[in-house]
Amino acid sequence: MGMKKGMNMSRKKKISKLRRELPLHLMLLPGIVVIFIFHYIPMAGLVIAFQRFQPAKGLFGDQQWVGLGNFEYLLSLPNTMSALRNTVVIALWKIALSLVIPICTAILLNELTNLRFKKTVQTVIYFPHFVSWIILGSILIEILSPSSGIVNKFLGLFGAGPYFFLGDNRYFQGTLIVSDIWKNFGYGSVVYLASITAIDQNLYEAAAIDGAGRLRQTWHVTLPGMRGIIVLMMVLKMGDVLNAGFDQIYNLYSPVVYETGDVLDTLIYRLGLGNAQYGPAAAAGLFKSLISMVLISVSYILADKLFDYKLF
Amino acid sequence: MEKTAHKSIRTSLSRKIFNICNITLMTLLTLSCLLPLVYVVAVSLSEKYYVQTGMVTFWPKGFTTAAYEYLLGKEPFWNAFFMTVKVTVLGTAVNLLMVMLTAYPLSKTNDRLTGRSIYAWYFFITMLIGGGLIPTFVLVFQLGLRDTIWSLILPDALPIFNMVLMINFFREIPVELEDSARMDGAGPLRILRSIYVPLSKPAVATIALFCMVGHWNAWFPGMIFIRTAEKRPLQTYLRSVIIQMDTSQFMGEDYGLLSMLADSSLKCAQILVAILPILCVYPFLQKYFVKGIVLGGVKG
Repeated sequence: MGMKKGMNMSRKKKISKLRRELPLHLMLLPGIVVIFIFHYIPMAGLVIAFQRFQPAKGLFGDQQWVGLGNFEYLLSLPNTMSALRNTVVIALWKIALSLVIPICTAILLNELTNLRFKKTVQTVIYFPHFVSWIILGSILIEILSPSSGIVNKFLGLFGAGPYFFLGDNRYFQGTLIVSDIWKNFGYGSVVYLASITAIDQNLYEAAAIDGAGRLRQTWHVTLPGMRGIIVLMMVLKMGDVLNAGFDQIYNLYSPVVYETGDVLDTLIYRLGLGNAQYGPAAAAGLFKSLISMVLISVSYILADKLFDYKLF
Repeated sequence: MEKTAHKSIRTSLSRKIFNICNITLMTLLTLSCLLPLVYVVAVSLSEKYYVQTGMVTFWPKGFTTAAYEYLLGKEPFWNAFFMTVKVTVLGTAVNLLMVMLTAYPLSKTNDRLTGRSIYAWYFFITMLIGGGLIPTFVLVFQLGLRDTIWSLILPDALPIFNMVLMINFFREIPVELEDSARMDGAGPLRILRSIYVPLSKPAVATIALFCMVGHWNAWFPGMIFIRTAEKRPLQTYLRSVIIQMDTSQFMGEDYGLLSMLADSSLKCAQILVAILPILCVYPFLQKYFVKGIVLGGVKG
């Protein structure tokens, strides 16, 4: 009897807890629905990769299955392997430089003594981050033009060029990497600058008393103070190895530079939306999703193990 | 004694040299970001002859506002401009609503929300893997959203990354505030509205600004989902007239004014008008976003 009553009590408690929580669950509902429709359904929709997909029959419709046919077709295309190689090369350069350049910029910014000047520099250098690649692409096309662009005119003063930065396979990747860093280094440096500001000033004084100059102070105090965030950013950027930057490349490339500038995302776009070859495009997308998933998972696990970093 | 004095003079000299180099380098970096913009302004305000002969550098030559006058009467540009204003306002409102509604329950501890970790994983997984372009494209078609403003808003209605930012902000708020409000009979929606949102103003402002800039700069959804020319957002429109150099834009238009200005001037004028709104919110971005990205930088 007593036990039964106890069970009733605890069940009642549970019910009242659930009733109290019900509004919270209802609040989550819109988010759950939107994510289900626009994230989970497309995830399941990757089955297109194994189909000869006909849009008229729809997603999850009665499509013809082709096994790994789409993957075989992809491998038979001449661009696929070069696109994969370009993706990794461009992405790795961007990842490396997007760590080094903002870190150096932040350290140098921190050395500026005139606060007004420091603030002005900061304000200007992170502006390009907020401008779209459509706008920046238009500006780049304009200023990098071999005939009328101001950059080539400037280089011409020293007898160099003209270089066709956006139309020559020798320079295209470099142009992509440099312009991407140019767009984003200011933004990145703000994050590192914040971590420098957080370093205990007493450490610098102690180092100065020990006779360390500014350079040694930077090496022995500033950099160790930033180590946490640097390694964390490195780890978290791992997931971008297959993201070479679609927005940028799509707005700057042309068939002349496919050889060095075509990447997985642009290939997927052209195959799928340009040629209506949904199956092969989805196959390339599936490949990219799976590799990225492994990389991102590993990066989060590392970040968690090394820094006790938790997203949620 | 003499030796140390000598040393300090030397250090201060090397320090001076360093400072000069550093200031020079920082100035160069700043100019690299500033000069392209100055060039665009100069070209947009220069006469055709000087632009076409490449004589314009960082100051207008043969000052004229013809490009802007022409642009003022250019209907497709303003159609696109106001379409983007509409998408930005509506899209940001939807984003904020979704982010706050979802972040609030997820900011609770496990004992206050049954199944919290299941929900958290449900959202987290979408940061690890997604369907990618092709299935999403097919899905939007099948849902009949193509060529509607919703195709530009709904697929990213709940930006997960911003939601994570919001959760982390909400967690900072002492739970006692909520408990006492609940004692007074306030429900979760009320608590969210009158305690959580006001107390996380910097986070809400940061997220609102990020979403606004994101919508303002979006061009890809407009390119693949919108067919009707009048419904195209600004960046998509700019892409078609500037990067693809679609000359049909000039069809049946007033050639009088057009013949007086260089193609580049018109491009540059459009670029500047498209950047203007970003410049307007820039002071606010600066005010809030350092905190926002530091949290964001650290949190993914």
